[in-house]
Amino acid sequence: MSEILELNHQIETTAVSENLFFACYTDDVPQNGGACVKYKDTQIAIFNFTRRGEWYATQNLCPHKQQMALSRGMIGSTGHDCEPKVACPFHKKTFSLKSGDCLSGDDYSIKIYPVLIEEGKVYIRID
Amino acid sequence: MVAKNKKNIVIIGNGMVGYKFCEKIIAKSDNFNLIVFGEEPRRAYDRVHLSEYFNGKTAEDLSMSPANWYQENHITLHLSDPVLEINRQNKTVHSQKGILQPYDYLVLATGSSAFVPNIPGVEKEGVFVYRTIEDLELMKNYALKAKKGAVMGGGLLGLEAAKALLDLGIAETHVIEFAPRLMPRQVDSAGSKLLQNKLQELDLQIHLNKSTSEIVGDGKIEALAFNDDTQLELDMLVISAGIRPRDELAKLSGLEVGTRGGILVNEKLQTSDPNIFAIGECALYKDMIYGLVAPGYEMAEVVAANICQQEKYFYGFDMSTKLKLIGVDVASFGEAFITEPEGRTIVFEDTHKGIYKRINITNDGKYLLGGILIGDADAYNILLQTVNNKIILPPNPEDLILGSRGGETDGGAGVMSLPDDALICSCEAVTKGMICGAVSDGTANSLDDIKKCTKAGTGCGGCVPLVKDLITGTMQENGVYIKNVICEHFDYSRQELLDLIKLNKIKDYDTALDHFGKGDGCEVCKPAIANILAGVWNDLILKQDTIQDSNDRFLANIQKGGTYSVVPRIPGGEITPEKLIVIGQVAQKYNLYTKITGGQRIDLFGAHLSDLPAIWEELIDAGFESGHAYGKSLRTVKSCVGSTWCRFGLQDSVSFAIEVEDRYKGLRSPHKLKGGVSGCIRECAEAQSKDFGIIATEKGYNLYVCGNGGSKPQHALLLATDIDKETCIKYLDRFLMFYVRTADPLTRTATWLNKMEGGITYLKNVIINDSLGIAEELEAAMHYHVNTYTCEWKAAIENPEMRKRFAHFINAPEEKDPTVKFAPMREQVKAEAW
Repeated sequence: MSEILELNHQIETTAVSENLFFACYTDDVPQNGGACVKYKDTQIAIFNFTRRGEWYATQNLCPHKQQMALSRGMIGSTGHDCEPKVACPFHKKTFSLKSGDCLSGDDYSIKIYPVLIEEGKVYIRID
Repeated sequence: MVAKNKKNIVIIGNGMVGYKFCEKIIAKSDNFNLIVFGEEPRRAYDRVHLSEYFNGKTAEDLSMSPANWYQENHITLHLSDPVLEINRQNKTVHSQKGILQPYDYLVLATGSSAFVPNIPGVEKEGVFVYRTIEDLELMKNYALKAKKGAVMGGGLLGLEAAKALLDLGIAETHVIEFAPRLMPRQVDSAGSKLLQNKLQELDLQIHLNKSTSEIVGDGKIEALAFNDDTQLELDMLVISAGIRPRDELAKLSGLEVGTRGGILVNEKLQTSDPNIFAIGECALYKDMIYGLVAPGYEMAEVVAANICQQEKYFYGFDMSTKLKLIGVDVASFGEAFITEPEGRTIVFEDTHKGIYKRINITNDGKYLLGGILIGDADAYNILLQTVNNKIILPPNPEDLILGSRGGETDGGAGVMSLPDDALICSCEAVTKGMICGAVSDGTANSLDDIKKCTKAGTGCGGCVPLVKDLITGTMQENGVYIKNVICEHFDYSRQELLDLIKLNKIKDYDTALDHFGKGDGCEVCKPAIANILAGVWNDLILKQDTIQDSNDRFLANIQKGGTYSVVPRIPGGEITPEKLIVIGQVAQKYNLYTKITGGQRIDLFGAHLSDLPAIWEELIDAGFESGHAYGKSLRTVKSCVGSTWCRFGLQDSVSFAIEVEDRYKGLRSPHKLKGGVSGCIRECAEAQSKDFGIIATEKGYNLYVCGNGGSKPQHALLLATDIDKETCIKYLDRFLMFYVRTADPLTRTATWLNKMEGGITYLKNVIINDSLGIAEELEAAMHYHVNTYTCEWKAAIENPEMRKRFAHFINAPEEKDPTVKFAPMREQVKAEAW
């Protein structure tokens, strides 16, 4: 683990101009599922959408009941355009992984982070 | 004739079924050499119409095939040459004439012989059996000098034999039956009475309740002596007291046979030697000898298919029959004898015309169970269809046997209630299914369309009104029909998906989605399919963790604040003080809130995700297992203390509850499952509010099913009364697996039953009477579940890859979620309000 933290530190310092944060290795995140990473005091949910060959990152907090849970939610798609989405495990509120909009009719939305994959490593761009 | 490169199939027995087997196999494949051994001197002949031999038909007329048939089809036929020995090691058979014939597959179609009861004097001259053309020839010669004859046995074959005696010109013919009625297997006593009257009109004298004590006579038969000290003078006697399977060769070869005869076979008709099959009346399938020709033919088909590598099984056969006995129509179908309280009976009797009709219907009047027709059996086919297709009965079921009697419109339930394979257009052989199918898939929506695509109605045109009704009916049905699909990604109901997954041996979600779905799935279909996969294959659910609901994914129940609760299994609510102490210690160590649940277990709340593996490690070390409180699966089987301590207890309810809970633990089902076992009628375990409830009685147990508490409480309904433990488990196996297989997602057993057409009566029929013929499969599926059960938590903590998933931060696994907050409450903690 300390190895990862070290690497983490290196990336943070070298890639600071691009605001890239080394979150984890690609195989740390289960296939077609999510995991949570800690960036300073922020919790970020990362989703490994293996079926589509895509990666997404969002805030981990579900705005509905303020629960740190989105990373434990199920992902999937909806509609003709196959909009990628995640469902909160608490009350199954769903959010678009592309826009962060709530897809189950509520007003709130979640924050989206760009993800970069390089040599088996997952980087998240922080503004 | 015998080609070297082909495999040999040797058939022992050249009766109707053995012949049919040859016919079936040559239609499927020419990769086999067929070698038939028959002990009779002639080619296979129609034994069903044997009595016509006295009616002018010759042996050649009765023959199943033309003389050159065997030769044309390259079948080697050895007549008058019975097989004496089977050498299973070398795979050869030895015949009486000394032929040594190797085989790859051996089919025993040895049939049956007449059963001759052990009565003094059976060896006397003038006593016959009625089985083969040889028997008939002997009878024929002897009958020339006989004036008085009798048949012993008033069953189907006995009456046929009586007909033969009449045809032979015996002036005075008697039928002697041991039972109080004729044809006891097919006909009830009222029907028998009517049949008896009819037969007496035809100069047959019927004696019921007659038990023969001796065949009297000096060398040849002169009279029959009965147990009631009466005698009947006779010149000849035909014994037709039942059949005996010809299993002696099989027994000699070490194949397993039943205690009362018959070669034991499985659903592929394989004997205890997988290369040897048995078909027809010599085969014993599930304690049953099938003494009719139709099931024998079906067996022939199953074996032929299996040898040709096709999947086909024999699961028993409908023994409904219709025949003309000495000019009288007799039919018996479905459950002909069922009486109250199992069902209700409607009887019509006309002694003037000699007509008797009986139908048995379910208690709710919805379904036809079976019946008996004598004197007029025209309705046999439609009634049998009504039983077999479980067609809902019209409001006045008596119309089925009386016809509609004016006033209201047609008594039948209309064309839409016809089965799919009902022939609508007989000119072009078009079934109802083909017409409705064309309408449903959009190919046709008018009569002209139907004529074009199915040709129905293009012949004589007589079916056109029916076709029109079917078109409108189907369109109406489709208009109101909402298909019960699970979500936007799968156009199937749960049951359909389960069948698809099972048939196609699908083991993972992605393959299911690729084959049967579209898009990328969602939070509805993923857990639904995860549940189906677990129910069908019982594989470890964590192998596909991301299709599980959060609770199943982390094998714990997510609670307010994002912590989890932990419920170890405490079967039957019984726990040792040592185990109680361990639970207390674990709760203290991990700062967990503890509470007794409604299901007699202990719930530990407030566990951090990352603490779960360590908590479970300690619990498992102390002998606990997962309680599956997080899963759609068996929760608890609640019990009262029962006869071990309670002064009222009739049975040991705790032990039974533990046994049942251990049996079904881990079973994934459409919704959670709860059970209860009470030791007496006081019902302290509240078993009648559970998905299954068992209540002890003086004689055994009463089994209740489909109850629940919850928002819409519903009492469980009685499924079976005073059954023993083994039967109770058997019914539970079938019931639970039937529910697992057929319920919609997230449907409790009570709702499932409420939606079921025919309700508890139908369910009883499926579970107890095996009306769908799936009981064995359901039991096998449950045995598979029981044998493959593993504790998921044990598997999870022993697997480092799975264990790694129980971390809140993957880039800081030791750190707990800092946002989790607890508030104090009565010396424990609670989650902070949201």
